[in-house]
Amino acid sequence: MGIILILAPISMALGLAGLGAFWWTLRSGQYDDPAGDAARILIDDTDNRIS
Amino acid sequence: MALTYDLARAPDLSAFLRKDKDGSASLDLLVKGARCAACMSKIESAVTALPDVAAARLNLTEGRLSVRFTSPRGDAARVVAALDKLGYPATPFDPAKAAQAHDQESRRLILALAVAGFGAGNAMMFSVPVWAGLFGQELGPATRSIMLWLSAIVATPCAIYAGLPFFESAWRSLKAGKANMDVPISVGVILTLFISFVETFLNGRDAYFDAAVSLLFLLLIGRWLDHRLRARARSAAADLLALQAPAATVLGLDGLERVKPLSEVAVGERILVRPGERIPVDGFVEDGVSELDNALLTGETAPVDVRPGDTCRAGAVNLTGQLRILAIAKSEDSAVAAIARLVEAGAQNKSLYVRLADKAASVYVPVIHSVAALTFFGGLAFGLGPREALLRAVALLIITCPCALGLAVPAVQITASARLFRKGVLVKSGAALERLSEVDHVVFDKTGVLTEGRSRLIEAPAEALALAAPLARASAHPLARALAAEAGPGPRATEVVETAGQGVEGLVEGRSARLGRASFVGLEGVRGGETELWFAIQGETPIRFRFSDQLRADAAATVAELRALGLGVEILSGDLEGPVARAAQTLHIDHWRSGQSPQDKAAVIDALTAEGRKVLMVGDGLNDTAALAKAHAAMAPGAALDASQNAADLVFSGEALGAVADSIRVARAARSRALENFGFSALYNLGAIPLAMLGFVNPLIAALAMSGSSLVVTLNALRMHGAGKA
Repeated sequence: MGIILILAPISMALGLAGLGAFWWTLRSGQYDDPAGDAARILIDDTDNRIS
Repeated sequence: MALTYDLARAPDLSAFLRKDKDGSASLDLLVKGARCAACMSKIESAVTALPDVAAARLNLTEGRLSVRFTSPRGDAARVVAALDKLGYPATPFDPAKAAQAHDQESRRLILALAVAGFGAGNAMMFSVPVWAGLFGQELGPATRSIMLWLSAIVATPCAIYAGLPFFESAWRSLKAGKANMDVPISVGVILTLFISFVETFLNGRDAYFDAAVSLLFLLLIGRWLDHRLRARARSAAADLLALQAPAATVLGLDGLERVKPLSEVAVGERILVRPGERIPVDGFVEDGVSELDNALLTGETAPVDVRPGDTCRAGAVNLTGQLRILAIAKSEDSAVAAIARLVEAGAQNKSLYVRLADKAASVYVPVIHSVAALTFFGGLAFGLGPREALLRAVALLIITCPCALGLAVPAVQITASARLFRKGVLVKSGAALERLSEVDHVVFDKTGVLTEGRSRLIEAPAEALALAAPLARASAHPLARALAAEAGPGPRATEVVETAGQGVEGLVEGRSARLGRASFVGLEGVRGGETELWFAIQGETPIRFRFSDQLRADAAATVAELRALGLGVEILSGDLEGPVARAAQTLHIDHWRSGQSPQDKAAVIDALTAEGRKVLMVGDGLNDTAALAKAHAAMAPGAALDASQNAADLVFSGEALGAVADSIRVARAARSRALENFGFSALYNLGAIPLAMLGFVNPLIAALAMSGSSLVVTLNALRMHGAGKA
C-alpha cells in the first residue's frame, strides 16, 4: 500500500512534465509550419566551419 | 548575381509595414511558388542579404514570408523586387489582416485537448483499481476512498479547464435565451463532478471523475476538427484577398507613386492603372485610352473602349493602355456596394439554415433530459433512496453522452473536406457541405464557369497566322497574346509601336504590318459580333482573326454527370444571346437565359427557391455574387473575383469543371455517413437507457460504452476516404 503513495505522485509528476513539454512546444510555435520544418533540415549550412 | 533595383520606378509599399514594439518594422508577404527546401533557403538567404533586413523566415505550410527590418523605415518594395527577380511573385498582406492570421483559438483548443487527455489518462490510473474492486477483488473501503480522492484531485481541475470552451459557449447561449448543444454538455459535466464528490464523501462506490474528463476529451476532438476546417478556409480566403484586391497605385501631389491598401484610397485621389490591372475604385478616366474587360462585372465578353471623361467601375480589368483615374468613390462605396447589400440579404438567409447536428440536438436534448428526470422521480416513487435515484439519473446522462453529435459530424466533414481539398476544392464550412448535399438543381453562369473565361483563336488561315505572330508576340493585349500562344515561339517584329485601344504596328519580314481593330487597318464600318483582330501587311488585303471564349474541356461531361445524379441544369448569363445560345446548344441544356443583370439573377434564384427547389449556383463574376449568396449552396472557381469567392461556400481551382459533380457526390456521401452515425447512436442509446434506469451501469461500463461508441462513430467517418469515387 505504501508504495502507492510514492509511485502515484511520481507518475503524476511525469504526466505533468509531459503536459508542460507539450505546452512549451505549442507556445514556441512548433506546430505552425510542419511542411517548412520538415524541409528545413535538408538545407546545408553555407558557412562550413571545419574546412 | 547582383540584384538590380530600379529605385525610380519602384512603388512605395510603406503602408504595409507593421510597426513593432521595439521600434523596428516588419512585413508579411504571401509568396507564390515556394515548394521545397531549396526554394526556402534561396528566398531566405536572398532576402536576409538585403540592406536593413534583420531576419526573414518563410512559413512553407502557409506560403508566408515574415521579414523583420532593423529600422522603422524598411524598404518593402526592395524585398518584393528581390523576390520577383528570384521568380517568386510576392504580395504584401494588409497589416490589420496579418494580425488576425495568428490563430489563438486553435491553440487554446489544442491545449484544452491536451489537458483533458492528461486528466483522462491519469484519473483512469486511479479508477482501474476501483473498477477491479467491482469484481470482488480485495479492495478495502479505505484504499478505495484514497483512489477516488486522488482521481478527484487530478480530474477536477482538468475538467474545469478543458470544459471552459463549453461552459462559455453555453453561458453565451443561455444569456441569449437559447439552449445550444453546449448547455446539456455543461450540465452533464458539472452534475457528474458534483455527484462524484458527494459519493466520495459518503465513501460510496460510483464516482465518475474519469468519465467527466474523457467525455470532454472526446468532445474537444470534434470541436477542434470543426475549428480546423473553418480556420483553413479562412486563411485560404485571406490569401486570395491579398492576391486579388491588394492595393492601388496612388499618384501623390509630388508626382511619386505610392501603393496603398484599397481601404485607404480617398475620393479625389489620382490612381494609376497599368494594363492587366484591375480598376480599384469607381472613377473618371483623366488620362489615357484603353479597353476595359467587364466580364467579371456584367458577364459580357466583348471589351469596352474608354477615353478621358468616361467612367469606369471597380472590378473591371484594364486591357491595353495605362489609365490615370480620379477616384469618385471609396472602395466600400463603389458600384460593388449595391451588390454587396444583396449579398448581405442572401447571407442572412443562409445563417437561418439549421445544421444537421443542431436538428439532432433539438430532438436529443429534451428526450434525454426528460428520461433522466423520469429516472430520478421514478426511482423515488419505486422506493429508492434519493442518492441511488440521483446516481441512476446521472449514470444515464453520462452513458447517453452526445458524442455522436459532438464528434461524428465534424469527423465526417473533415475527412470529406480533406478529400475535396486534395482534388483542389476548398470547403468553407461544414454547413456548406450539408447544404450542398441537399441540392437538386444546378444553375451555371456561362463566362468563366462553363467557359474558360479567356479568348482563344478559332478561325485563322495558317500562313496569315505565321505572319501576324511576330507582331502579336510584341503586344500585351490579351487577344494578341492568345494569337501568339496559338502560333508558338518565334521571332518578334521590329520597330514595334503600340497604340493603346487601337492596335500594334511594326516591321515583319521587312514589310510594315498592322494588327488591331478594323479601323486600325483602314477598314471602316466593319464590326463583327465576335471578338476579333484584323491583320494587314503591306500589299495584301486585311485578314480577320476570330476569337471565342471556349467551353471548358469537360463541361459537356460534367453536365451529363450532373443529370445522371438527378439534378436539373440551367444557364443564367449576363452575356449576349448569341454566345449563350451556342453554349447551351453544345451542352444540350434546354433552359437558359441571357442578358441577366445581377438583380435578375438573384430574382431567378428566388423564384426557383419559391418553387421548392434547392439550388446550387456556380458563378464567378461580381454579377453572380447576389445569386451566389441567395442560392442554397454556391460554388466559385478559383479565378473568380474575391467578392464571389466570399459569397460562395466552396471554391474550386484548376481547369476541370468536374469538381462540381465530385463535390456533390462527396457531400452526399458525407451526409449519409453522418446520418448513419446518428442512427447508430440512437440504437446505442436505446440499449443504454434501460440499463441505466435499472441501475446496471457502473463507472466501468460508462467508460467502456462512451469510448466504444465514439470509436465506432469515428471509424464510420473514416470510410469517407473511399467514398464519392466516380
